Amino acid sequence: MHLLLLQASPTASTLGTANPVSIGMFFLFVAVTLYITYWAAKKTKTGSEFYAAGRSISGFQNGLALAGDYMSAASFLGIAGMVATKGYDGLIYSIGFLVGWPLIMFLIAEPLRNLGKYTFADVVAFRLRQRPIRIVSSVGSLMTIAFYLIAQMVGAGGLIKTLFGLEYEIAVVVVGVVMTLYVLFGGMIATTWVQIIKAVLLLSGATVLVLLSLAKFGFSPGNLLESVSTNYGQEMLAPGGYISNPFDALSLGLALMLGTAGLPHILMRFYTVPDAKAARKSVFVATGFIGYFYLLTFLIGFSAMALVGKPAIEGIDKGGNMAALLLAEQTGGTAFLGFIAAVAFATILAVVAGLTLSGASSISHDLYVHVFKNGVSNEKGEMKVAKRATVGLGILSVLLGLVFKGQNVAFMVGLAFSIAASANFPALLMSIIWKRFTTKGAVWSIATGALLSLVLIVLSPTIMVDIMGYPEAIFPLKNPALVSMSGAFLMGIIVSLLQPEQGAAAKFESEKLRTYLGVGAE
Amino acid sequence: MKPLSSSPHELLASPAFKKLVKQRWSVSLVLTFTMLLVYFGFLLTVAFNKQALATKIGDYTTLAIPVGLGIILFAWVLTGIYVFWANSRYDKSVEELKNKLS
Repeated sequence: MHLLLLQASPTASTLGTANPVSIGMFFLFVAVTLYITYWAAKKTKTGSEFYAAGRSISGFQNGLALAGDYMSAASFLGIAGMVATKGYDGLIYSIGFLVGWPLIMFLIAEPLRNLGKYTFADVVAFRLRQRPIRIVSSVGSLMTIAFYLIAQMVGAGGLIKTLFGLEYEIAVVVVGVVMTLYVLFGGMIATTWVQIIKAVLLLSGATVLVLLSLAKFGFSPGNLLESVSTNYGQEMLAPGGYISNPFDALSLGLALMLGTAGLPHILMRFYTVPDAKAARKSVFVATGFIGYFYLLTFLIGFSAMALVGKPAIEGIDKGGNMAALLLAEQTGGTAFLGFIAAVAFATILAVVAGLTLSGASSISHDLYVHVFKNGVSNEKGEMKVAKRATVGLGILSVLLGLVFKGQNVAFMVGLAFSIAASANFPALLMSIIWKRFTTKGAVWSIATGALLSLVLIVLSPTIMVDIMGYPEAIFPLKNPALVSMSGAFLMGIIVSLLQPEQGAAAKFESEKLRTYLGVGAE
Repeated sequence: MKPLSSSPHELLASPAFKKLVKQRWSVSLVLTFTMLLVYFGFLLTVAFNKQALATKIGDYTTLAIPVGLGIILFAWVLTGIYVFWANSRYDKSVEELKNKLS
């Protein structure tokens, strides 16, 4: 691997060889986080501690943890890579990921915090019939989590192989085992602190990378843009081919924006803070950090294009995923490359831990307690199921990582966002704002959103043309959200209006004290 | 001295509570539509009028760059406006209403 010759770089890259700094850094990260897990394990006895960190996380801390959950390795390496190879278009993509956050704040965060306990299904089921709602919403959650998890695991295996020269299979097993330990023993307390540490490492690492790069341009972004423009053409600094069909743009935009507001592992974080005021503050903090992060990835992408060179980046990985790492090596040497590589690894660990915890909550809290036990839970039993579900999901994620080795799974992130935007978000929003929303309406809405997302993505150019190689796709849009989300809203509204549910409407009024004043919130 | 107390039912029916809920959603919906307008306005500009965004505003800098980064900043500022409103106005009314509950 170390024979890769970089055209624009004076030295050959050491990517793919065992780098002592990155291995040392990585072990330090694992050691520190496992110690935190040990510390958190002593505080993780009850359900509220396991699922929601005993509601002891402050607004600022939760803001960082939310940002940590959201800033995956895919967005760090992927968006920087997209900017490095395609220029400005990478920014359009990252804007889509950011603009969902204000909507979480305006529409969802506070009612969610006030009405729910551990999962977003708590809110949907609050005034509707428990069993049917819990079943469909856990299917929506678990589908979102599964596709997101597969994309992360496969990405992790490949990335770690490139970074450390470690075998794909070993990398997947290591990630699976460590993250299972976090969740199993430390629950939400450990997962939150892993996220916070990772967010701080990632933000500071990326900041240093940008400063080192800008130093080569006399700290003038203007000079950086000049270099990009003279070497690769002025068109790199303006929108290119990323959006050609306005419906495609609209559909992907909706998926990214509203999918964010339907991601179970993000929604779950709002239960870790003491009240609605802290929930509100955490979205503000998270949006600020995530926005800053996308500014950094934008600068990292252009710096990589100018300093490392497009051909060199595309020579290692066509999608440009290694751009940030090559830039780190070029500006800060092997030691800094090691640091950034370890941060990328830590990022993957933290994100899969968050996903696994939210999956386990859905299985134990939504399915076990409310479906199999009819809402009568004994805390010990519920915790036992939650822990078994954690181990099960840990094993499953490793198996899925192995099964999907070498497959093109990039579309799964888009699919996860589409399901989140179509199955989870419409039902959640309607249950919060619409008095006449009914159980049947919710069930049909979630089922329609999930099914349409799945079927349409298979029929879309994303799978039919790009993966299966047909010349043309049956469904024209690359991301189905425009149709699947509209379908979910429409179905929810029509079914609710056709068959009113008196009790649910009456309860909507009486729950208002809790929704708006937080009276009786857990 | 205990403030005038009312039952949950009376509170729900009170004009003060109704006004609070209405205000909350007016603020939320105005901010939501502002965000949607800005974001989809940007996407549609990219789809239909790339040329406008490619306009140079410096030696090399295009209009697209401050616009794109501006949207990120704008999204954050909107969340800040909401927090400011909620902390200064909404929470105060919530406290007043909660005190009325017996």
